[in-house]
Amino acid sequence: MSAMTMTEKILARHANKAEVSPGDNIWVDTDILMTHDVCGPGTIGVFKHHFGKDAKVWDREKVVIIPDHYIFTTDKLANRNVDVLRQFVKEQNLPHFYDVGTPDYKGVCHIALPEEGHTRPGEILFGTDSHTCTAGAFGEFATGIGNTDAGFIMGTGKLWLKVPPTMRFVFHGELPPYLMAKDLILAVIGDIGCDGATYKAMEFDGDGVFALNIEERMTLCNMVIEAGGKNGVIAPDKLTLDYVNSRNKHKKSFEVVTTDPGAKFCFEKVYDVRKLEPVIAKPHSPDNKATVSEVKGTKLDRAYIGSCTGGKLTDFRAAARILNGRSVKIDTFVVPATSEIAAGLKTESIAGKTLEQIFLNAGAKIGEPSCAACLGGPSDTFGRLNTPISCISTTNRNFPGRMGHKEAKVYLASPLTVAASALTGMIADPRDCMQ
Amino acid sequence: MQTTISGKAYVLGDNVDTDQIIPAQYLTFNPSVAEEYKMFGKYALSSVPPAQSGLPKGHVPFHTKDEFVSDYTIIIGGKNFGCGSSREHAPIALDAAGIQCVIAEFYARIFFRNSVNGGYIVPFETGDRLCEQICTGDELTIDTASGKLQNLTTGETWQLKPLGEVAPIIDAGGIFSYAKKVGMLKA
Ligand code: SF4
Repeated sequence: MSAMTMTEKILARHANKAEVSPGDNIWVDTDILMTHDVCGPGTIGVFKHHFGKDAKVWDREKVVIIPDHYIFTTDKLANRNVDVLRQFVKEQNLPHFYDVGTPDYKGVCHIALPEEGHTRPGEILFGTDSHTCTAGAFGEFATGIGNTDAGFIMGTGKLWLKVPPTMRFVFHGELPPYLMAKDLILAVIGDIGCDGATYKAMEFDGDGVFALNIEERMTLCNMVIEAGGKNGVIAPDKLTLDYVNSRNKHKKSFEVVTTDPGAKFCFEKVYDVRKLEPVIAKPHSPDNKATVSEVKGTKLDRAYIGSCTGGKLTDFRAAARILNGRSVKIDTFVVPATSEIAAGLKTESIAGKTLEQIFLNAGAKIGEPSCAACLGGPSDTFGRLNTPISCISTTNRNFPGRMGHKEAKVYLASPLTVAASALTGMIADPRDCMQ
Repeated sequence: MQTTISGKAYVLGDNVDTDQIIPAQYLTFNPSVAEEYKMFGKYALSSVPPAQSGLPKGHVPFHTKDEFVSDYTIIIGGKNFGCGSSREHAPIALDAAGIQCVIAEFYARIFFRNSVNGGYIVPFETGDRLCEQICTGDELTIDTASGKLQNLTTGETWQLKPLGEVAPIIDAGGIFSYAKKVGMLKA
């Protein structure tokens, strides 16, 4: 049997094949199907249209429904969509639903999935959201799909896929304190372009990756879609297994899959992380890379720290390290991805002050856990750019109109760079204000 | 799939992402409700920056006579068409606006899948930089079986890339009918 990458191995196992090669078209079995309030109603519509009004999902245990996008809004259709999910969960008697306004409410799906024990090594996760690739950080195959594919899976548990070739990105060295995973992935996207990994898997490897904590690994995998990647993946190590086991309340068994020695990669790039600088993506594309030192001093109107890629506890700890005891010069919005992270803002502390106190003392506003202004949304969304202003953000996309107004300018950067910039109202280098 | 697709071209550039095709604030409509499906046609391409709308000149409205359905039938794009989110609302918006096919150099993967599996539009690929050779408003006709593209306005012709392994799914009309054909689903 020829050597396979971990992406190929996971796909082969789920297609009941001894081996697969890039380019093969296969039908695979799904371990988890996730949907949310934006794509759930359409998915449910497709499912009922094709399988019948009274059809049942293929496996109740494997469907996870997480409303997160348009939550704290008075928009009638947005609220109606959450009702569509509620109705479906009730009629299908689905056990994994994280409903708004209940103690089960979580927030952003890609962070809620691992927190609630729905991500495991070796599995296949499909989600109706392009950033489903985040879960590759747990050593599984995870990718985003549309409503039709999701409706098909709801009825059959299966989907056809083309096996992607794998690109390998190796990071060596320990990350300096002024850099974060966001800098690494923005550097990669800038280097290969926002179509550089189209139809391909991106595997992250090297001591620099395994030195990152789980949340930082999620940041790496989260943004592979910004390079067009089908999935991102990191081999599971002890840290992964400790995290997964501590969250695996459903006691599902799983099998760790890793890349075979000698497996073929279609591309390889090696980075020495000690030589990298803080990176930023300028408007209006995530691959519009500049080093922070090149654009230092650019005037800003707003700073935003949140989303599945930049609203985790690690992100807030980093921002708080810079904001502690100082004041922001521009409107600064803090949006925890999930309710667990929101609770963490009240318990985690730096030098005796909680993260929440640090942010509030600095003059930042803290919102409720959800996607919020990461994707604009209804006009009353917390932090939305309703006018053509300039914003520096820890989110993952800056296409025209992404955070609201189509002429607004969005700069993507690490939480350290965003916090440093919030202090001056201009793009600032975290190296100048680390404390 | 029809044997020929004919109509006016609407030309866009590179990296037309799903937020430009259908802005996030309209994702609250449910495409499974017929009345709401129409609304995606109304807001299709509404976040494309004006200078990029209808190349080469730009500033060409996508809708003229009807607020829901466009006069244009074929979209010409550059590289990486449909990048960004997984929202199926993007090919739905083009379909609802009356677009039958897109011709681009290549597509973002999820947009391509959604177009094919949902049976909304035919995503042709081209080896030529058509977004710099075809003008918005040109009358085009495509022979879908041979992939021959003709510009009736200028008399030029091009050969599009074969649809390849997705052709049977497009022919069947989407993943559900295809799965029935190949025995994956009960007919
Ligand atoms: S936080 Fe942003 S990128 Fe993440 S799921 Fe929500 S809208 Fe998408």
